[in-house]
Amino acid sequence: MIAKSPDTPSKPTPKQRMLIERQHMPEQDAQARAANFGEVNLGLTEQLALLEADRCLQCKVPKCVNGCPVKVNIPQFIKHLSEGDLPGAAKCLLRDNVLPSVTGRVCPQESQCESECLRAHKGLSVAIGYLERFVGDWAREHSGDQTPNEVTPSGKTVAIVGSGPGGLAAAGGLAASGHDVTVFEALHKAGGVLIYGIPEFRLPKKIVEAEVRRLEKAGVKIVCNTIIGRTYTLQELQGQFDAVFLANGAGLPIFMNIPGENLKGVYSANEYLTRVNLMAAHEFPNSDTPVLRGKHVAIVGGGNVAMDAARTAKRLGAESSTIVYRRSKEELPAREEEAHHAREEGLQFEFLAAPVQVLGNEEKWVTGLKCVRMQAGEPDESGRARPVAIPGSEFVIPCDTVVTAIGSRANPLLTSTCPDLQLNKWGNIIVDENGMTSLPGVFAGGDIVRGAATVILAMGDGKRAAKAMDDYLRNTETESGSIRNNIMASLCDVNL
Amino acid sequence: MTPEKRPFSHNLSYYEDMHLVVAKTRLSENVVRLDVSAPRIAEVRQPGQFVIVRLGEGAERIPLTIADADSDAGTLTLVIQAVGKSTKDLTSLEVGDSITDIAGPLGHPTELITSGRALCIGGGVGTAVVHPIAQELFSRGVDVMSVIGGRARDFVIFENELFRFGDVIVCTDDGSYGKKGLVTSVAQDILANSEIDIVYTAGPVPMMRAVANLTRPFGVKTIVSLNPVMVDGTGMCGGCRVSVGGQTLFACVDGPEFDGHEVDFEMLMDRLTTYRTAEKQSLNPNCQSRHASVSTHLP
Ligand SMILES: Cc1cc2nc3c(=O)[nH]c(=O)nc-3n(C[C@H](O)[C@H](O)[C@H](O)COP(=O)(O)OP(=O)(O)OC[C@H]3O[C@@H](n4cnc5c(N)ncnc54)[C@H](O)[C@@H]3O)c2cc1C
Ligand SMILES: Cc1cc2nc3c(=O)[nH]c(=O)nc-3n(C[C@H](O)[C@H](O)[C@H](O)COP(=O)(O)OP(=O)(O)OC[C@H]3O[C@@H](n4cnc5c(N)ncnc54)[C@H](O)[C@@H]3O)c2cc1C
Ligand code: FES
Repeated sequence: MIAKSPDTPSKPTPKQRMLIERQHMPEQDAQARAANFGEVNLGLTEQLALLEADRCLQCKVPKCVNGCPVKVNIPQFIKHLSEGDLPGAAKCLLRDNVLPSVTGRVCPQESQCESECLRAHKGLSVAIGYLERFVGDWAREHSGDQTPNEVTPSGKTVAIVGSGPGGLAAAGGLAASGHDVTVFEALHKAGGVLIYGIPEFRLPKKIVEAEVRRLEKAGVKIVCNTIIGRTYTLQELQGQFDAVFLANGAGLPIFMNIPGENLKGVYSANEYLTRVNLMAAHEFPNSDTPVLRGKHVAIVGGGNVAMDAARTAKRLGAESSTIVYRRSKEELPAREEEAHHAREEGLQFEFLAAPVQVLGNEEKWVTGLKCVRMQAGEPDESGRARPVAIPGSEFVIPCDTVVTAIGSRANPLLTSTCPDLQLNKWGNIIVDENGMTSLPGVFAGGDIVRGAATVILAMGDGKRAAKAMDDYLRNTETESGSIRNNIMASLCDVNL
Repeated sequence: MTPEKRPFSHNLSYYEDMHLVVAKTRLSENVVRLDVSAPRIAEVRQPGQFVIVRLGEGAERIPLTIADADSDAGTLTLVIQAVGKSTKDLTSLEVGDSITDIAGPLGHPTELITSGRALCIGGGVGTAVVHPIAQELFSRGVDVMSVIGGRARDFVIFENELFRFGDVIVCTDDGSYGKKGLVTSVAQDILANSEIDIVYTAGPVPMMRAVANLTRPFGVKTIVSLNPVMVDGTGMCGGCRVSVGGQTLFACVDGPEFDGHEVDFEMLMDRLTTYRTAEKQSLNPNCQSRHASVSTHLP
C-alpha cells in the first residue's frame, strides 16, 4: 500500500499504479440485504478511495471523459482526490456534475466512462463510479462548510416543471446565475424518479432530500402538489415567468396489452415502486398505503426498472422473484451491477421468454404468467437480434403477482394542454440545440424530450438548458420582466 | 395599464399553505362535509374534477371529488364517507386542523350539455359527486332533475343543495323518508314519462351499473363517475385502470367520468377488492407490527 500524507503526497509511478488492483465496493451481505431496504453498497472508505484514485494513469488524452455524457473532467477530480485534496476534488466534480452522489450510484458506468478507461483494455477499469460517489458523498456531508456563492439577483424569474434530475439540475444552474427559480412538482415530494422510482437500497432517499435542501438553501422555491396542465396551465406560467423549463419526465407506464392484464395482482413497475418508495408500503400497516406482498412474483422486462421491482419483491418477502426477459442474457439492458446484485440476492431469470397471457382464478386474482419461448431472429433497426416466438413453446410461470417493467412513454397530461408545443410522433417534446421548444422562452429536457433515458442525460440537459436560458434571459427583454420592472418602478415612486 | 398578475414568486403562501379545515358538518352517521382552504383549486376547478388528498406524513393519497367550491373564500367542499382508515382519519378532523397535501384539480371536467333536460342520480356519498354537475347545468339553463337515495333517512345527503337547481326525488331502501325503493325504479318512471337528454350518475358501483342498464334501452346517454383505487392521480402508475368500450383507460387522466354504457363494471368491482385484506389490517389496532404482511391468496 502507498503511504499517504497530505503534506508530501507521494506520486506513484505509472508502473506502481498498474500494480494496484481494483478496489471492491464494500456491500451488505446478499442474504441479509435481501430482507431489508438498507443500501446495498456501503461506499469506499477514504483509504480505499485514495488507493483506487492512485490506479488512474492520468492519461494525457483521457478517453474516459468522452464516455461521459456530461464530460466530467474525470482525471482532474481523481487527481485532487489522490492528492488527498477532497475540497478540490469536490469542487472540480461539482462543476461538471451537480448530483455526483446520485450518478455515482446509478449511472451505467460500465458502458460509459469506465468502458473507455485505458486500464479496461488490460484488466479492470478505474472504478470511476465508486470514486464519484465517494467525492459526492464527501461534498454533501461537508456542504455546511461551503458558503453558497454570493449572486447578484438578475431580476428574472424562471418556472421549472418537474423536480426530477433534469429539473433539479436546471434549478441549480439558474439559481447560481441569480435568477428567481420556482420548481413545480405534481407529487407531494420532490425528486422525480429518484424519489418514487429508484429504491432506497440503491439510492437512499436522504441523499435526494439533501440535494433538494441544498437547492432550497440556494434560494430555489419548490412547490409540490402542483400539476402544470391542471393546477396552472403552461400559458399561465409563460405569462408569470420570464422563462420556463419543462422536465416532466416520461412517467406513463406501458402495459403489455395481453389478456389478463387487469387481474388483481398485476402492477406496472411505476405503481409497485411508487407504493413502496414514495408511500412506504413496506412499512404497512404503520404507513397507510398497502402493497400486495406476493409469494411468487414475475417481473416482465430486463432493464434497471425490472431489477428494481424484482429486488423490491424479494425484500417484501417473496419466495421467488423471476425476471422474464424476451432477449438473451447478454442483451440485458440493466446496469451490470444491478443484474449481478440481483443474482446474488437469489432472483431467477427466464431469458428468451415473452408473456402472452396473465392467468387468473375465479376471484380474478393472478395465478400465473403464460409465456412463449423466443429465439434470436433477424437483426432489427437497433441492430439487435429481433426475438421471435417459437411456435408451440408456451409454458406457465406460477405466480400471484406480475409486475410489468417494459418501459414508459411521455405523459400527455401537460403536453396535451399546449397545442402549440411541437411534439414528435411518440409525444416527446421537440427542442433545438439550445433546448428551446417551439414556444419562445420555453425550454425542455430530460425524459420528456429523450424518452425514457438516464439520470445523467436528464441532468446534462438541465445544466445545458440553464446556460441557454441564462443567455436567453440576459439577451431578451422579456415582456413580463419589463412589466414587473414597471411595477417595481411604480412601487418605488410611491415609497419615495 | 398593466394587467393584474397573480403573485407567484412574491406571495408564496398563495400556494404553500397547509390546508386548513374551516368548517365541518356531519351529514350522516359516517359522512362528513369538510370545507378546506385551497384557493387555487377553488378558483379553477370544474364539475367532475377531483383532488388527491394526503392527510400527513405516512398517510395514503386518496381521491375525493370536489363537491363544491367557493372561489372568493378560497375553499373546497369535500364530502367524505368513512369506509376505511384514510377516510376515517379525514372525517375525524376538526375545524382548525389541517391537511398537508391537496393536489388538483384532477381529471377531465364533466361533459356538460348546454340545453335540454338532465337527470342526476346520486346514491349515498355519490350525491355529493353529482352536486357540482347539477350546479353547473343549472347555471347554463339546463332543466335539472335529481333522484337521490340512501339506505335510510339519515343517509340522504345534499337534498337541499340539489333542490336549488330543480326537483329532487328522494328514495330510501326502508321507506323511512321519501319513496321506498331504489333510485332506479324512480328513474325508470321518469325516463318512461318524460324526455331526458342525458343522465349523470355517481354512487356505489352496483347502482351505477343498474342505472346504465336501465338507460340503455331508452337510448339515453349516461355518464358515470368511476372510483377505482388511485395512487398519483396523474397517469403515472396505471393503478386506476378501467375498461371502457374494450379499451384500458386510466380513470385519473382519461376520466373519472365515462360513458356508462361502455364501462366494464365487473372489472371495476373486482379491482376494488384488491386490498380488502390490507384494509381490514390497517384498521385493526392489534396489528401494528412493523413487518406484518398483506397475505396473498396463494397457498
Ligand atoms: C425504477 C427506475 C429505475 C431507474 N434506474 C436508473 C439507473 O439506475 N440509472 C439511470 O441513469 N437512470 C435510471 N432510470 C431512469 C432515470 O430515472 C430517468 O431517466 C430520469 O429520472 C429522468 O429525469 P427527468 O428529470 O427527465 O424526469 P423524472 O425523474 O421522471 O421527473 C419528472 C418529475 O416531473 C413531475 N411531473 C410530471 N408531470 C408534471 C406536471 N404536469 N406538473 C408538475 N410536475 C410534473 C413528476 O412527478 C416527476 O417528479 C430509472 C428509472 C426508473 C423508473
Ligand atoms: C375520482 C374519485 C372520486 C372519489 N370521490 C369521493 C368522495 O367525494 N367522497 C368519498 O367519500 N369517497 C370518494 N372516493 C372514494 C375514496 O377515495 C375511497 O373511499 C377511499 O380512498 C378509501 O380509503 P380508506 O383508506 O378510507 O378505505 P380503504 O381501507 O382503502 O377501503 C375501505 C373500503 O372501501 C372500499 N374502497 C377502497 N377504495 C375505494 C374507492 N376508490 N372507491 C370506493 N370504495 C373504495 C374498499 O373496497 C373497502 O371496502 C372517490 C374515489 C375516486 C377514484
Ligand atoms: S392513479 Fe396512477 S395512473 Fe391513475
